[in-house]
Amino acid sequence: MAIHTIKRCVSLYSFQEEYFLGKMTLEDILAICQQLDIPAVEILGEQMIPGYPAISDSFFEQWHGWLDRYELTPVCMDQFLYPQIYKGRLMTENEMVASVLEDIRVAKRLGTKMIRIQHSITSRILERAVSTAEKAEISLEVEIHAPSTLESPFEQQLVRTFERVGSPYLGFVLDLGIFTSRLGKIMEERWRRMGMNPTIAAFIAACYNNSEMDKLDEGIRALGGTQDDLDAAVLAKYLVNSNPRHILPYMKYIHHVHAKFSDMTDEGCDYSIPYDKIIPVLIEGGFSGYLSSEYEGGWYIQDAFVVDGVEQVRRHQLMLKSLLGES
Amino acid sequence: MLYDCYMIVGEQFKNILKDGKVIGYQFGLRIPYFSSVVLSLISPMELKVDGEIIPEEQMTLTLDGKTYPKNQLRDDPITRWEFGRIGIISVLKPGGLTPGEHNIDVRQGVMIGFQSGGMYGHDIKTLTVK
Repeated sequence: MAIHTIKRCVSLYSFQEEYFLGKMTLEDILAICQQLDIPAVEILGEQMIPGYPAISDSFFEQWHGWLDRYELTPVCMDQFLYPQIYKGRLMTENEMVASVLEDIRVAKRLGTKMIRIQHSITSRILERAVSTAEKAEISLEVEIHAPSTLESPFEQQLVRTFERVGSPYLGFVLDLGIFTSRLGKIMEERWRRMGMNPTIAAFIAACYNNSEMDKLDEGIRALGGTQDDLDAAVLAKYLVNSNPRHILPYMKYIHHVHAKFSDMTDEGCDYSIPYDKIIPVLIEGGFSGYLSSEYEGGWYIQDAFVVDGVEQVRRHQLMLKSLLGES
Repeated sequence: MLYDCYMIVGEQFKNILKDGKVIGYQFGLRIPYFSSVVLSLISPMELKVDGEIIPEEQMTLTLDGKTYPKNQLRDDPITRWEFGRIGIISVLKPGGLTPGEHNIDVRQGVMIGFQSGGMYGHDIKTLTVK
């Protein structure tokens, strides 16, 4: 294996079901991260930090105490921008910039080195926020997330902005969901539990897996599918199966990776995303940041099964260790 | 379809007594989304109880000890409904619900723009008034 400096991390998002149901507190989750031999964490401010962004001093004290106790490095904070929060109007650009500057302030106090910025951002907002980001030494990383890829128009516009601005504090978080080569079996099973005809569910999976999504709607109708079936199938349209090698021209801007997964099988692989084909490309491209395990399979099974984010992350980290050549 | 099945919290389902009179009924509600949201992003709720549509004007939300008219949440872009937190929906109905089983059908969305029209969850539970 080629020499690399890629490190492992976990997004606390992976444990959202346990947190949502009150089965685990933030501290419980951080303790589990240490037990799973994960050295670094990523947190969604609005998911697990009460009162975000008006966070109490006592929270920050606790947070740093926990990071020390469980020997964890804070890597990334994930932000959101919801332009619809005001009645009768969208947020102005000034308000959106102010919101990002507030995120930078919080990330600094959390001790992370970067913020995951959502797709609802604009190049202008990034340009207006970048000098504050530089002073705070917090980089702003826009997430590349399905159905977009690095080659999509908005992402290409961002590349041009990054080139022009030339700041190391602007870049991308790459979500590995853009390499979904096989539709999740858990997704198909969920559709069936919702009452979809199994033939239609299998047809949707086949369309996705064979890259024949252009035949999807017509085929569902031909099989007697309803509007509900067509609506459910939209989920498959949000996925993409991009070629991992297409990231190579952009490695300079890829500063963080959301190692997305939904279903770690008993064989120790994700059912949908071919990590064995992706990690070697990241190594070849010289990626030197964190792979942050991001489990998102709970939503598809929670109606019928107990979601176990801890076990899913444990399996995923073992796979990462193996593919990164850690003993 | 995220968190739909956890929206209605049955443990909180009961008639509401005030000054010795039953003035309505209540149930617990979680928001079907993966992070906290400010109240202004909570859409109008579509509630059916035993098949009857309940107007939102008859509902309040009690969250973290404070009570809000359910149809005025759009005006509050500051207060946060924390992720996983259980709010109480109270419905004004003199006499409340009769003892026995009732069918509660909730469709509640958030005005989040990943999908046009926002995202919503739908949960139906049969609950018992003792």
